[in-house]
Amino acid sequence: MAGVALRKRVMRGLSSRPASIAIYLFVMWGLIELALTGAEAMGYNWQWYRIPKYFLTSDADGITLGEIPWGLAGTITLSTLAFGLALAIGLLVALLRLSDLIVGRAVARGFLEIVRNMPLLVLLYVFYYVFGPIFGLDRYAASVLCLAVFHGALISEIFRGGINAVARGQWEAAKSIGMTTAQIYRYIILPQSIKFMLPPMTGEVVNMIKSSAIVSVIAVVELTTVGRNIISDTYLSFEIWFTIAAVYMAVTLVISSLASYLERRYTVRE
Amino acid sequence: MSDSKPIIELRHVDKSFGPFQALTDINFSVRPGERVVVCGPSGSGKSTMIRCINQLETHDAGSITVDGIELGDDTSDIRAVRQEVGMVFQQFNLFPHLTVLENLTIGPIRVRKMGKAAAEALARNYLERVHIPEQADKYPSQLSGGQQQRVAIARSLCMEPRIMLFDEPTSALDPEMIGEVLEVMVELANTGMTMVCVTHEMGFARRVADTMVFMEGGRIVEVAPPEEFFTNPKSNRARMFLDQILEH
Ligand SMILES: Nc1ncnc2c1ncn2[C@@H]1O[C@H](COP(=O)(O)OP(=O)(O)O)[C@@H](O)[C@H]1O
Ligand SMILES: [Mg+2]
Repeated sequence: MAGVALRKRVMRGLSSRPASIAIYLFVMWGLIELALTGAEAMGYNWQWYRIPKYFLTSDADGITLGEIPWGLAGTITLSTLAFGLALAIGLLVALLRLSDLIVGRAVARGFLEIVRNMPLLVLLYVFYYVFGPIFGLDRYAASVLCLAVFHGALISEIFRGGINAVARGQWEAAKSIGMTTAQIYRYIILPQSIKFMLPPMTGEVVNMIKSSAIVSVIAVVELTTVGRNIISDTYLSFEIWFTIAAVYMAVTLVISSLASYLERRYTVRE
Repeated sequence: MSDSKPIIELRHVDKSFGPFQALTDINFSVRPGERVVVCGPSGSGKSTMIRCINQLETHDAGSITVDGIELGDDTSDIRAVRQEVGMVFQQFNLFPHLTVLENLTIGPIRVRKMGKAAAEALARNYLERVHIPEQADKYPSQLSGGQQQRVAIARSLCMEPRIMLFDEPTSALDPEMIGEVLEVMVELANTGMTMVCVTHEMGFARRVADTMVFMEGGRIVEVAPPEEFFTNPKSNRARMFLDQILEH
């Protein structure tokens, strides 16, 4: 009994905010220490001083952005486009799955099964090497579509969950005043499902940014591609990959905190 | 009144949920202005029957005609009927993300295509009718159960329906709030509204009902005027049911 209580106390202590930050810092320190000793053992020559210029350079003409900010802009643009399209695909697939149309439900299920059971890399190759020549997609369009389709499938499940989480009585009340299905979704169901969808949707934004890195294999310009390019010029692989990783982390942390702010705002109402 | 054409007519209606037959050969009609109270033990099909009237449940066999429209597969027919038939639910089912006023105006604005100002004037008028004009800008969760149910009644009335259906509107309420909701319903009955109420509030039934309907096991067992139903029910089942209800 006492043991259980103690364990609960310890678990609660560990999940408190200062404790989790401390654990996080400790783990990070351990990882970096490990990398550094490893690098030292293989005689790696650290040249951190060569990194800042890939962020910013300043000369007589003023400040110029380096390749990394441009790569980040590429990542954000690509992810934003793909996410917008993924939202549309996800909503459409979710509505089809929830519809009375037998054909619609079958199409949606088939789409989900295919996309969910294919590695993202293979999907990208299909879009670039197969659909590309057939539909005249350039590498950028193929990348946007591939990411949109892949995440659209996952997002459709988020929509479906959110829609199903709204009480049945809401449908009945809305039907009983004569609303159409489209009106019910738009004015009654979707506004209420936002609060259920927000947390998993944020996760999906973060996943989108991370998986957008895959388009570097077909040389679309974004953060990871920029990293590869710099390394092939300079051989600074440790410094650059650490830096690129840190930039991804910074972006996703900003998104997560933005999202938790939004979530709080949404739960204050009602 | 007795010679006018029925506004609701159910003929030989059957309804099953999978293998379970919830309604069997329901024959039932309501004249314009008639107030019908439906009672019967839990699970006897009362909700299913009135939900068939606005097609929240679809019937498997037989015919249902409401205000001259026979209900079938045509969804625009069904929507047309729903605009004429208001429904009040046991669980209120207010839209929690909308204010009271928005709950009331969304139907007129989106379904009846009324202007916002006109819809709000209409809504405020009905809030007055259910005695809560001061709650217009609150959210449903900020109201008591009795107030929420009155908002739900006003929401239905804003569509200016010809018929109102009530499915145990006071069963989810704390006892001290039942009176305020029944009062609004009595006032509504006095305006001549056609009403079909599923309720076990027998005091209310005695005051307003023109006709009592008693259901059991998915069938209508007895249809009678209230004075006859309460004093001298024909069926044994109805007598036993009344004995149980009136004891409490
Ligand atoms: N959606 C449904 N699916 C399966 N069975 C149902 C459903 N709705 C109602 N029933 C069943 O039909 C019967 C009648 O239900 P209902 O009309 O709600 O009765 P009442 O309102 O008289 O209590 C009950 O046995 C109930 O379990
Ligand atoms: Mg019921």
